[in-house]
Amino acid sequence: MPILEAKNLTYTYSIGSPFEKTAIDHIDLQIEQGEFVGIIGHTGSGKSTLMQMMNGLLKPTEGTVLLNGQDIWRKGCDRRAVRFEVGLVFQYPEYQLFEETVYKDIAFGPKNMGLDEKEIDRRVRETAEAVGIAAELFEKPPYALSGGQKRRVAIAGVMAMEPKVLILDEPTAGLDPQGRTKILMQLAAYQKRTGCTVMLVSHSMEDVAKYVSKLLVLSQAKIVCFDTPANVFAQGDSLEEMGLALPQITRVFHNLRARGIDFDDEVYTVKYGAELLLKKLAERGGGSC
Amino acid sequence: MLKDITLGQFFPMDSVVHKMDARYKIIITLIFLVMLFWGQHLTSLIAGFLFVMLATICSKIPPKMLVKSIKPIVPILAVTGFLNLFMLKGGKTYFAWKFIEITEQGVQTSIFMVVRICLLIAGTSLLTYTTSPIVLTDAIESLLSPLKKLKMPVHELAMMMTIALRFIPTLIEETDKIMAAQKARGADMESGSLMQRVRALVPILIPLFVSAFRRAEELALAMECRCYHGGEGRTRLRTLRSGMRDYIALGITLLLFTAVIVLNIMLH
Repeated sequence: MPILEAKNLTYTYSIGSPFEKTAIDHIDLQIEQGEFVGIIGHTGSGKSTLMQMMNGLLKPTEGTVLLNGQDIWRKGCDRRAVRFEVGLVFQYPEYQLFEETVYKDIAFGPKNMGLDEKEIDRRVRETAEAVGIAAELFEKPPYALSGGQKRRVAIAGVMAMEPKVLILDEPTAGLDPQGRTKILMQLAAYQKRTGCTVMLVSHSMEDVAKYVSKLLVLSQAKIVCFDTPANVFAQGDSLEEMGLALPQITRVFHNLRARGIDFDDEVYTVKYGAELLLKKLAERGGGSC
Repeated sequence: MLKDITLGQFFPMDSVVHKMDARYKIIITLIFLVMLFWGQHLTSLIAGFLFVMLATICSKIPPKMLVKSIKPIVPILAVTGFLNLFMLKGGKTYFAWKFIEITEQGVQTSIFMVVRICLLIAGTSLLTYTTSPIVLTDAIESLLSPLKKLKMPVHELAMMMTIALRFIPTLIEETDKIMAAQKARGADMESGSLMQRVRALVPILIPLFVSAFRRAEELALAMECRCYHGGEGRTRLRTLRSGMRDYIALGITLLLFTAVIVLNIMLH
């Protein structure tokens, strides 16, 4: 049974006014336990709306969201409990920090869950370590931190609830390349260690391709494809028509193929690309070209 | 959600009224208001009704929207109606029971007042429905500009109004976002005692204030970077321009107004 499932999901903003807009249009989706799903799509393709429906912040206009096979909008369902199971990190989450100290801010979620002091302390320390926030920073006010640090504290605040599904909306937006890699690597490590399900929204394929096990492509409120990165990138042209740039290295290999040098696999990491190239060169006779 | 509140209530459409010069629209609305309150007679109501009807048709605003604008003041209407109904005495008595008495004049005045307030709201709503808030403040600035001679900071006031209006939707959106983010962390805003609810506002208000100050600072910087130095010698991207349609509209309104005055004098 999939841990999170969407059936015929639809969301329409401002029904009945001239600004009416369908952000998600009859979508079916199944997320399995332990998957690392990347969600890509152009601005306005409905990514953020979909995410907010997944943890019950937005009520679908039509269709249902099932968590562990149960409708989260059924009567008597505690939506707060749903939000503890499906953790959602918003875009620019550092704008939600409000406590006097970093420690208290990370503890806000677990405290709302009604956990005892000891458990809260364990979770705060563990998640802070997972995102690389040193214990010396615990007593500092969040506003004294750097942008990247604030971002990681905010992510830790959601992680500390230890959700079964962790959804992140563009966690790397506006960070420098170093900060980007850092957060993505920490996320991947966290996912591996806890075995939880992670959904990562991004509009940059380059970022997500390396880490995810599956890619969900959204365009104009619909799912275009939901498959492994290799299979998704194989349809390069149609993706570029939607305004989604393929990773640079994938484009290089597509161009090589167009010039008659064939590789039997999709390439989306530089490392793997180099491997394939070396192999090809070896076949040709040790770099004689 | 907060987003559903229509502030400023601008209703973009392609119509003659939307294209009119906002200054004329303000002046015409003012004349309309004076007209409504001038005559103590049915004529001013009929003229007002004609005016609202004509303006609604020309503006292509669905009449449903006007009804919606009246909805929030229904309690006020009810109170006004009742007070007039029971307090005013004169003419024939329709109903009497102990100290309560409903008379001809009471009925007349209460209907008169209710209709008048409805027309008042409908007419002024038409102004905000057909004019974007930014254009409206531009027009106000232009109309108030003679006050500059009296050393009134007209431009600064208008600029403040424009900025405030411009940032209302932004702040609402921001509040929505912060609320959603704190809810995702298990913040509970819908239940608990009054004290708990007040306390639940802290995680929303603090980030909201921080971001408002950040925005204010960024905006001030951006304005300075583009050499903003107040209203002196400043030109506009969209200048207010009056044309035939404005004169015609003003003419029709003045005609109605004169008719009301003349009829008022004649019927007295």
